[in-house]
Amino acid sequence: MSIRVENLTKTYKSQNAIDQINFEIKSGEIVGFLGPNGAGKTTTMKILTCYIPPTSGAAWVNGLNVENDSIEVRKQIGYLPEHNPLYMDMYVKEYLMFAASVYQLSNKSQRVKEMIELTGLQVEQNKKIGQLSKGYRQRVGLAQAIIHNPKVLILDEPTSGLDPNQIVEIRNLIVNIGKEKTVLLSTHIMQEVEAMCNRVMIINKGKIVADGKTEDLKHSFSPDNTVQVTFNQSLNSDQLKSLNIISEATQLNEQTYIVKSKKNEELIKSEIFNFAVQNQLILTEMKLIESSLEDVFKNLTK
Amino acid sequence: MFSILSKEIRSFLSSLIAIIVIIVFLVANGLFIWIFNETNILDAGYANIDPFFELAPIIFIFLISAITMRSFSEEKKTGTFETLSTKPITDLSIILGKYFAGLLIVLFSILPTFVYYYTIHKLSVPVGNIDTGAIWGSYIGLIMLSAGYVSIGLFSSVITDNQIVSFIVSMFLCFFFYSSFDYLSSIEIFKKTDFFIEWFGINFHYRNISRGVVDTRDVVYFLSLIVLFIWLTKIIFNSRKW
Repeated sequence: MSIRVENLTKTYKSQNAIDQINFEIKSGEIVGFLGPNGAGKTTTMKILTCYIPPTSGAAWVNGLNVENDSIEVRKQIGYLPEHNPLYMDMYVKEYLMFAASVYQLSNKSQRVKEMIELTGLQVEQNKKIGQLSKGYRQRVGLAQAIIHNPKVLILDEPTSGLDPNQIVEIRNLIVNIGKEKTVLLSTHIMQEVEAMCNRVMIINKGKIVADGKTEDLKHSFSPDNTVQVTFNQSLNSDQLKSLNIISEATQLNEQTYIVKSKKNEELIKSEIFNFAVQNQLILTEMKLIESSLEDVFKNLTK
Repeated sequence: MFSILSKEIRSFLSSLIAIIVIIVFLVANGLFIWIFNETNILDAGYANIDPFFELAPIIFIFLISAITMRSFSEEKKTGTFETLSTKPITDLSIILGKYFAGLLIVLFSILPTFVYYYTIHKLSVPVGNIDTGAIWGSYIGLIMLSAGYVSIGLFSSVITDNQIVSFIVSMFLCFFFYSSFDYLSSIEIFKKTDFFIEWFGINFHYRNISRGVVDTRDVVYFLSLIVLFIWLTKIIFNSRKW
């Protein structure tokens, strides 16, 4: 087990930031930590990285307790905090050298060079961090987090505030780095989890409300198949409901309807086609709507 | 500790704080000691640099506060405090790294004032007829005093994420420990205990050492002051864990 968390609770004043959470992460997994703002993602990460102690419960990283073996744990974790704090008046290389010396690496300049190559900072390596764009700063943040080749990588919203191109670049970078590491990353962008993670945990109001493979989660939360149908003219949605396989029909706009059914895709589609023929309607569009992680998220964190 | 120390020194140098502090310190001292009418040594007629040792503690109140004000405040404000404290280094080595970095800058600003000693040495009649013991004692006193100031400044920096607040608190505390006990002891109602009250102030021990007698009691006083404030800094440093 790379990360193990047992009954972890953190209380701020009277408010429970996280409440009795339990989870385990195997080594090599890339886990997405999803949740609305203020759900407790950052708090959990801060506890795992030994920044704050839990109120009760315990957490282990590679079998080491975060409270008792704090220094050892910190050696094995690479951490990118929220908002990626950096020393703006330091040069990229200078900062990475500093990070390397804090981790007491023996081959500092060699490591710094490797990191610069890995994170694609070659062009910017002689600039001050303050002069870099947000995407490059994020790379510097990642570089300092992985400079000591940690087994566990904890990234708090690594792509927040980046433009779409930068998001893709940073994602690829994380997937690349994550091949031989355990990665726990938090985000509130669903596509990100679908693109990067093989497992997702959803946290809401301090409790873990869902935990599983990305695919499984999507299925388990919407067993109904949803089909979007467009006809050439408008009709009453009750007419659609007269089809006995359809459990629910709602009008999306004038000619478009959303139809839900427990039956499989093919059967629904053919039934609707027959329905259109019988009523002398022309079907202009018919497509299956895949339930997205977004729906799961919305359902669970209402 | 050394990685923090070297990082701090670099940031002092790159942000020009160190250089400005050293220049201001030397210019102010130079003016007061060699140029201005009221205080200059040349007109006073005695071969000593007492005016320097009287002035330096006051100037240091401002300058050391300026050096230390950002050490933790800025880290807290920009969030780098979190990155730093999740690295595998103990809290104490972060604090000591920053402490010695500040102290080194101060020592660098004191270093050029040895020229004053040399000048007086040459100007005295006959040449070299000065109280070398008292001057060396004064230097040791000044170094201890600044070591105390740096620890006070560090504490003021760790209690807030606002550099201005830290600067003002640091000046106040330095001044309080430097001379307020002298003033307190002169109040009528403290007449019977004036010696003990005076004993708590930095000035009392600074003057003692300045005479050229390095008494262990005075050294212990300064060391306890430094340890006290570094300990307080460490407590506040951990306040996020409360």
